[in-house]
Amino acid sequence: MSNETTLIFQHSRPGRSATAQAPKPVSEDQLSAIPASLRRKNKPGLPEVGELEVVRHYTNLSTKNFAIDKQFYPLGSCTMKYNPRGANRAAMLPGFLNRHPLAPASHSQGYLACMYELQNFLKEVTGMKGVSLAPMAGAQGEFAGVAMIRAYHEARGDDARTEILIPEAAHGTNPATAVMCGYKVREVPVGKNGDVDLEALKEACGPQTAGLMMTNPSTCGVFERQIEAISKAVHDAGGLLYYDGANLNAILGKVRPGDMGFDVIHMNLHKTFATPHGGGGPGAGPVGVSQRLLDYLPTPMAGRDEESGGSSGEYHWIDTDTLPTSIGHLSAFMGNAGVLLRAYFYAMVLGRQGMIRVGEYSTLAANYLLKRLEAIGCQAAYPDRRASHEFILTFAKLAKDQHVTALDIAKRLLDYNQHAPTIYFPLLVPECFLIEPTETETKEAMDDFVDAMEQILNEAKTDPETVTEAPFTQPVRRLDEVKAAKELDLVWSE
Amino acid sequence: MSEIPAELRYRDSHEWVRVEDDVAVVGITDHAQDSMGDLVFVEMPEVGVVFAAGDEAGVVESVKAASDIYAPVSGEVVAINEALEDEPELVNNEPYAGGWLFKIKMADSGELKEMLTADQYQEQIDSE
Repeated sequence: MSNETTLIFQHSRPGRSATAQAPKPVSEDQLSAIPASLRRKNKPGLPEVGELEVVRHYTNLSTKNFAIDKQFYPLGSCTMKYNPRGANRAAMLPGFLNRHPLAPASHSQGYLACMYELQNFLKEVTGMKGVSLAPMAGAQGEFAGVAMIRAYHEARGDDARTEILIPEAAHGTNPATAVMCGYKVREVPVGKNGDVDLEALKEACGPQTAGLMMTNPSTCGVFERQIEAISKAVHDAGGLLYYDGANLNAILGKVRPGDMGFDVIHMNLHKTFATPHGGGGPGAGPVGVSQRLLDYLPTPMAGRDEESGGSSGEYHWIDTDTLPTSIGHLSAFMGNAGVLLRAYFYAMVLGRQGMIRVGEYSTLAANYLLKRLEAIGCQAAYPDRRASHEFILTFAKLAKDQHVTALDIAKRLLDYNQHAPTIYFPLLVPECFLIEPTETETKEAMDDFVDAMEQILNEAKTDPETVTEAPFTQPVRRLDEVKAAKELDLVWSE
Repeated sequence: MSEIPAELRYRDSHEWVRVEDDVAVVGITDHAQDSMGDLVFVEMPEVGVVFAAGDEAGVVESVKAASDIYAPVSGEVVAINEALEDEPELVNNEPYAGGWLFKIKMADSGELKEMLTADQYQEQIDSE
């Protein structure tokens, strides 16, 4: 592997260019159509490089990626499962790729049929009564979910409900979403075993409670065992229950949020349904709702003629003209079409039995890895609990005794060619790792990770500097994270 | 071992208070800054804002995490430590001196009695 860490600008030499894709020269005549005030006085500072240099530079950079295609990637809370190439290929069929988003429904029957089936499939797997694919990503799905809770209370003239309850072990985005939707956040404590403090929750419920946002299994990597009692307490107080689908992978095909009493759920298709995580997007965050929120689902949605009393079997768009109580559009169109298609094909390839095995194998993999890591001396944050699809280790003792922190171990893992797990999250466990192997890893891949961890723990005792100074084998050594956060410098200058 | 000056009062959410007449100088403890790691940003309340004890008053952000700061006592914010805008690391380097966050003109000095002493705060962090 080349350890080149130069920027493309550093390869620049005056006069070099890649002509194959260069635009045609522009005549002064054509330029004069642009007002003088909008014309550049100086040439843009672009690198002058040949085509082969460009290809070689970026190909070399791409080999430096730590990626699911190259390494075990146990990034907890993110569900970095393998995204099947086949689903990608199907979504790239020209009929899908070239469909204009404004094409009439009659020209989009194939696409609409896929989306209609995806809605139904997500309804069935989550136990909800309706699904909208409109949200562009998880964050927007959360926003849509809480906006529907708000619309529900407002439609009933119940404007005393100003608070959203959020357990400490909820996903970090939940409080932000509640505030975005104009609610106050009240935190509910979590007990030593990772379950919500039910008495504290009951005390917090009241006529001011708009709802509760929950992630189950929680960010602590354990299943909330009192979910029925929690659901009852919130519903009795007149609030609604929001399910953050961040950890849906653990229960897929096994337990349904709708059956647990949730009124609204968002799903991260890029986690559970194997669409690419991308570089922060595009995502897909469909929302599902119980009976009482059906009228508020965001539009557009895919509908079918038979469902609304017709007999043609044709598909159509459902929009605010037929659903005026909807919270409305979240973007110009319906979500990210390509991402939704990938999720659709993933679901179709797995089928019902496959879905059940996702939940089973992701849970089995996490528990296997947890037990093996405990056996080599790692400390589980919740040793009495069985893991869900992910689990937490804490290195608080190691940090205290040997001054080797979770960050140090994470950096050293890179030297062993292992992607580091999520670190320092959730916040309530000190010096923690959040590890999620997913169902697509083999036993051998997990064993390699355990071997690496065992060696690192030995190094921490015998030669701690090997760990605290790591990484040694990467293109760069330990980065200055403080400087990176405070003095972000993204613009090239000579 | 983190430093816990005996003359200060503490909240279990890791704020400290130093009383100067009827004004409470507020900061976060050595233990808090140590577990946060290097701070990169401090979000301050505005001068003139009135808090009840326990209200969210600001945010400290490190490379690891962001954490809320709560007003340890009730009253009006009369000053903020403007130096932290450019040098949030002051909170790491001298949490009880140059790293103070804001000052509150206390509405009820009786609230100080509800706060933890240095020994009680030490006990709390030992049990964490």
